[in-house]
Amino acid sequence: MNPDKVIEKKDRERKPDEPVKKKRKSNSYSLSIGPIHPALKEPIRFDLQIEGEKVVKVDFELSQVHRGIEWIGTRRNPVQILYLAERICGICNICHSTCFCIAVENIANIEVPARAHYLRTIHAELERIHSHILWAGVAAHELGFDSVMHYTWKIREKVLDVMEALTGNRITKGIMMIGGVRRDINEKQVPMVKEALEYYKKGFGKLESIFLKDPVIKSRTVGTGILSRHDGLALCAVGPTARASGIKKDVRQDEPYAAYSDLDVKAITPKDFLGEVKGDVFDRIVVRLLEVKQSIEIIEECLKQMPKGKILHEEKIPKLLAELRNIEGDGIGRLEAPRGEVIHYVKMVGKEAPYSWKVRAPTYNNLLPWGPMLMGEQVADVPIIAASTDPCMSCTNRAVVADGNSEKILDNEAMRRLSVEKTNALKRRLGR
Amino acid sequence: MFEMAKELFKQLFKKPFTNMFPAKHAPKSTVGFLKKVEEGKAKLNEPVPIPEGFRGKIAYDKEKCIGCKLCIKVCPANAFEYLEKERKVKYHLSRCTFCAQCVDVCPVNALVSTKEFLLSDYNKK
Ligand code: SF4
Ligand code: SF4
Repeated sequence: MNPDKVIEKKDRERKPDEPVKKKRKSNSYSLSIGPIHPALKEPIRFDLQIEGEKVVKVDFELSQVHRGIEWIGTRRNPVQILYLAERICGICNICHSTCFCIAVENIANIEVPARAHYLRTIHAELERIHSHILWAGVAAHELGFDSVMHYTWKIREKVLDVMEALTGNRITKGIMMIGGVRRDINEKQVPMVKEALEYYKKGFGKLESIFLKDPVIKSRTVGTGILSRHDGLALCAVGPTARASGIKKDVRQDEPYAAYSDLDVKAITPKDFLGEVKGDVFDRIVVRLLEVKQSIEIIEECLKQMPKGKILHEEKIPKLLAELRNIEGDGIGRLEAPRGEVIHYVKMVGKEAPYSWKVRAPTYNNLLPWGPMLMGEQVADVPIIAASTDPCMSCTNRAVVADGNSEKILDNEAMRRLSVEKTNALKRRLGR
Repeated sequence: MFEMAKELFKQLFKKPFTNMFPAKHAPKSTVGFLKKVEEGKAKLNEPVPIPEGFRGKIAYDKEKCIGCKLCIKVCPANAFEYLEKERKVKYHLSRCTFCAQCVDVCPVNALVSTKEFLLSDYNKK
């Protein structure tokens, strides 16, 4: 569906009594924010049409931070790419390396040991806790509650400490390996993880009362930045953004990977907590906070159920590399990152490095919904609405071509067209 | 905001959560301060303890190395350079991402992760 149409329809729904106002062009100003702006954490360019304080047209330009990660990847072997994949996103790095692992394991038909599946699940959920709490802080900051931000980030330290102890680093954990994980959780570490979970259970109540009961936060977020279920589906929203609009979509539930098939994971929507779905910023806060609780439960369950045994398909890395050098075919990895569904596509052609590697980060899907969310809102609400999808620009950027002064984004079709053109030009030159 | 106000009030009487590293009050010049610490004139505010298995700076034992080049093969950052003549490698700290994949792969344990993490320097060598 054409996103513009959705927006128009949305706008009509929202303001049934003032359709004439929209046509008065003379009163509207265009407001350009970015690509680099103190209010933006990552580079993106907004082009807003405003009438007074009201946003009447939304446009944004992506691709301000292309890093060429996939290109670098096609010059490295899969083991090296694991660490490169982690650097796609600083916050959700486990999910990118796991997703890449799943894609390569698909191609090579590698069976991951059961214990490794559980360990992957634990690491992924720890990461979700960390990411959601970090986001809660960012949201508070956007609303102007910096003391809440400092409080949430203080709470977040605990999970970072746990991750540091389990993996050897706070942020880029380097724990995934093709066919398993690199480090096991030993007996000494289990109590520490459990203690952290208890800490979060306690802290959760406080976060809940700070975020969900506070009248000021409520009045800023309830009814702001609404994404209807219909628009969410039409614009392919993913992750908490989609779930907050009542779309029961979660890769952990729909297509379980790692140990999720043994665990009972259900997509959380605000209906579970509030009894109704509005799809506003408040609902997105609710969904994320509930997911922190869900993650705590998942980790507890994993620690209980985790079988003993190997954690790697092949311990000797040179042997693994030799095995991966011979594989041919393409594989897809799908998983639920804190922000939504991540997809990695890998094609191997019997060489050391993959022939192609393509990443689709969740923010890519969650940007189009900004259109309907921002329509008709006040300029002052733009930061919190934008932040409510937990965007991650640098992860989203894929292919960019600089063409004189204008930048073009090439999609698959355009690339294919270019490639055909080039072939034809070569053919002409060679006189065939 | 009552809950948060309560929290903030409590915090007034608690120790700050942040560990003031390297000094309680920000020194005029960090480099100068660290020099003073070296000379024994100032005291370092201890960093947060580092857990077992931390992946810090890589220590390379040239004696042990057999020049098998496995570390070169797995290093994502191309931090190793092969020295033809000596049949050893050279480790470039400035390129390293501290993933410790080389530590896992080295057959003779010539590479080890240390707990060292204060690595910023003006000197690129
Ligand atoms: S720790 Fe990682 S990046 Fe650093 S030298 Fe070893 S393999 Fe290379
Ligand atoms: S893997 Fe170890 S032995 Fe082999 S070249 Fe590297 S440092 Fe030397």
